[in-house]
Amino acid sequence: MVSYRYHQYQVVGRALPTEGDEHPKIYRMKLWHTNEVRAKSKFWYFLRKLKKVKKSNGQILAINEIFEKNPTKINNYGIWLRYQSRTGYHNMYKEFRDTTLNGAVEQMYTEMASRHRVRSPCIQVIKTATIPAKLCKRESTKQFHNSKIKFPLVFKKVRPPTRKLKTTYKASRPNLFV
Amino acid sequence: MGFKRYVEIGRVALINYGKDYGKLVVIVDVVDQNRALVDAPDMVRSQLNFKRLTLTDIKIDINRAPRKKTLIEAMEKADVKGKWENSSWGRKLIVQKKRASLNDFDRFKVMLAKIKRGGLVRQELAKLKKESA
Repeated sequence: MVSYRYHQYQVVGRALPTEGDEHPKIYRMKLWHTNEVRAKSKFWYFLRKLKKVKKSNGQILAINEIFEKNPTKINNYGIWLRYQSRTGYHNMYKEFRDTTLNGAVEQMYTEMASRHRVRSPCIQVIKTATIPAKLCKRESTKQFHNSKIKFPLVFKKVRPPTRKLKTTYKASRPNLFV
Repeated sequence: MGFKRYVEIGRVALINYGKDYGKLVVIVDVVDQNRALVDAPDMVRSQLNFKRLTLTDIKIDINRAPRKKTLIEAMEKADVKGKWENSSWGRKLIVQKKRASLNDFDRFKVMLAKIKRGGLVRQELAKLKKESA
């Protein structure tokens, strides 16, 4: 779990100043990746596609990690992404409910991998936003917009409290009712 | 055979797996089908998977995502701790904890107490048998 916890980074970079251009334009990107090194690499990947600049003739001015301001509040996050499937590129919009944006982005990556077999290098996050409840489009997030939400846990698997107490064979059948 | 314990805002649950094992927490909000925002007076509000929670019968009256202070007041008003420690489930857990923390001398004392209790029970039984015979 720790290995693919996505972090949000703000990367600021520009081309190196030359005699022709003393003050090249500075670009800022917000990215998600597992660590700073990969985030910097991702920054150059995107910047190469947008401007005529590469890591060899550019410089990163700053890279800062962005943390969630209020991780105890649940938000609805909408993520716009572009992904590569076996047949071509597609755009997609997905909604997630989570306490942090990083958690929602991680949910997105795992969901794309499971539902569409798209691995993380083939996903580009276009935009993310915190969506107020009224503007959510997906039923699966809208069904939790209920201040009197109430549902039973139908299938309760009994687990030993630590993995040390796990046994392959049990003496009796488990009781799954709540 | 209906469901009696629902996941709802204000439901008290017991953490049954992980770092905070054995703690009583209140479900303060529901993130999605598998996770809840959970809070207790002595821990930071965090999200937990329902797989790590067992619901109890206790429910307190709070709004969605209350402030910490409001939550603590509501818990005091509903006397969650008292209700828990008087319930049979709560008492069993307290006894389990006590037994696990005994040292050898305590276990010796328990053994003596058990023998004494057994002796008294047998005396009474013998008396009753004599009366009925």
